[in-house]
Amino acid sequence: MSTEAAAVNKEVIKEAVPREPLFGAKNKRLITDPLNDDNPITVQVLGICSALAITVQVQQAVVMSLSVIFVMICGNIIISAMRNIIPSRIRIIVQLVVVAALVILVNEILKAYLPDISEKLSVFVGLIITNCIIMGRFEAFAMGNKLWPSGLDAIGNGLGYAWILVVVAVVREVFGSGAISFPGIGQIKFIPQSFFEAGYMNNNLMILPPSALIVVGIIIWIQRSRNPKLIEEN
Amino acid sequence: MKALENLLEKLKTPFDKGGKLEKFYPVYDALETFAFVPDHTTIKGSHIRDAIDMKRTMFLVIVAMIPALLFGIYNTGYQHFTALGMDASFLEMVGFGLTKVLPLIVVSYGVGLGIEFVFCIIKGHAINEGFLVSGMLIPLIMPMDVPLWMVAVATAFAVVIGKEVFGGTGMNIVNVALTARAFIFFAYPTKMSGNKVWVNTDGGSVVDGYTGETLLAQAIEHGANFKDVANNAYASLSDSFMASFLGFIPGSIGETSVLAILIGAAILLWTGIASWRIIFMGIVGGAAMGMIFNILGPMYFPDNLYLTVPWWQQMVMGGFAFGIVFMATDPVTAAQTENGKLIYGFLIGLLAILIRVVNPAYPEGIMMSILFMNVMAPTIDHYVIQGNIKKRLKRLKTA
Repeated sequence: MSTEAAAVNKEVIKEAVPREPLFGAKNKRLITDPLNDDNPITVQVLGICSALAITVQVQQAVVMSLSVIFVMICGNIIISAMRNIIPSRIRIIVQLVVVAALVILVNEILKAYLPDISEKLSVFVGLIITNCIIMGRFEAFAMGNKLWPSGLDAIGNGLGYAWILVVVAVVREVFGSGAISFPGIGQIKFIPQSFFEAGYMNNNLMILPPSALIVVGIIIWIQRSRNPKLIEEN
Repeated sequence: MKALENLLEKLKTPFDKGGKLEKFYPVYDALETFAFVPDHTTIKGSHIRDAIDMKRTMFLVIVAMIPALLFGIYNTGYQHFTALGMDASFLEMVGFGLTKVLPLIVVSYGVGLGIEFVFCIIKGHAINEGFLVSGMLIPLIMPMDVPLWMVAVATAFAVVIGKEVFGGTGMNIVNVALTARAFIFFAYPTKMSGNKVWVNTDGGSVVDGYTGETLLAQAIEHGANFKDVANNAYASLSDSFMASFLGFIPGSIGETSVLAILIGAAILLWTGIASWRIIFMGIVGGAAMGMIFNILGPMYFPDNLYLTVPWWQQMVMGGFAFGIVFMATDPVTAAQTENGKLIYGFLIGLLAILIRVVNPAYPEGIMMSILFMNVMAPTIDHYVIQGNIKKRLKRLKTA
């Protein structure tokens, strides 16, 4: 929490700089930073719980990512609009109410239009409420910034969350099930049948949640060794 | 010998600093120090170097594993021909065993050393012989029919995720060979457990009464008495103890014969490489848990026959002995403090029997218990050291 509080202060100071163009360099960085240098999952290590739970199949990961992006954008904008009238002592409760309302909305929509996937995602849609990324962005950014940057920040962090989720899901589904299933199209095989006849077997470990941790770990490893900003000094 | 030394000396120039192949110096260094004790000297700190450096240490461990390996090769053939009800000579059995075991060893060493060399060249580390031991342990803890590509994948996983990620030899948190086995156990369970994988029965119908189960699986159903591979009748208690002590039972390649493992243990203890504290306390821990189950079993859980397996029988079943002697004593992943080793060994033995008996999904608990205690070892060390500091502080204050 202390780092988040520090982040709040930093963002507030930044706000003092007057007038940014809508797509100025600073606003662009709000979107690009979370994709790599400041990725919510691999660098801030937030939102790991859902990355473990719903990345067995790509379609679940995509739906989950879209839900989180939706909740985050709406939430960030709402919180940002209310930031000057929220008493700071009850701000967490206000944030929770906003995110809970949005999550219920998403959940009802999924139940109505994507009942299969909604069933597979089960409680994890509800658990978006507790997703640390969303509360983190509300606290660290939306509480101290105007509407437009808050929206961009939500898009950036949502996409940063989404690409990790989808990459992990692709790896897990290809090696765990040998094929990726798309709604409407059916399964597309990635491991040819001849492999199975030659003795290849699907990796059961990839279906178990710990494998997501290993895959995320490998992504962090690659990212840290390639990105000079993230290399720690001993 | 002299000729080899001269040859290595002659080949050295391009690998020196500024030479053409400077990048590959670790490879040269590995080969040179593999054959000869290096003439490196220490620059600062203590100036005494033991002639037994890491390479020589690793070699002694491999020597200690040879009895288990040789018996494993023989037993692979013995189980095969017994299950098919065929008469075979000693040489035929060894020959069959070799065709099964040698490819496993080649794959394990090839993949593991290959990855190790690549990482050492990229990072400019010296290549250590740490993998020589892991590479030999991996085939010994596999069922003999496990597909070779699985061994390759598991070895690659174990070396990269289990070791290189943490900084290479000496920095790993969990035992590399057990990581490979755990990987196959969870990734491809049909090839690592059940009753199809322990004995090769290709090319013929099996004899009556053959089940192919290991003793551990039979213990779940029948308690201590078990059926011999070729024998329909239940063996008596002392027979089954002798068979599993000598090792004429189905199981992973290197772990069936407790006798061969004890020879290895004697070598390791005599040369001072393995810690007697870990081995001794491991056995004590296993025996203690076994006794607790023996006493409690009939009283509280009459349905679970596994509880009635006598504690001395538990010691010779499955991979318990192999794990305690060769894997729990791994100096990198074990506790480092002397008192810590006592606790570490005791809990490994205790947990191994606990997992084995209470959870039928994991018929062999020693793998889980060693991996678990590997992770706990630094915590144990921390508390042992803190305890020591406290004790000495108290002495200081009273004096």
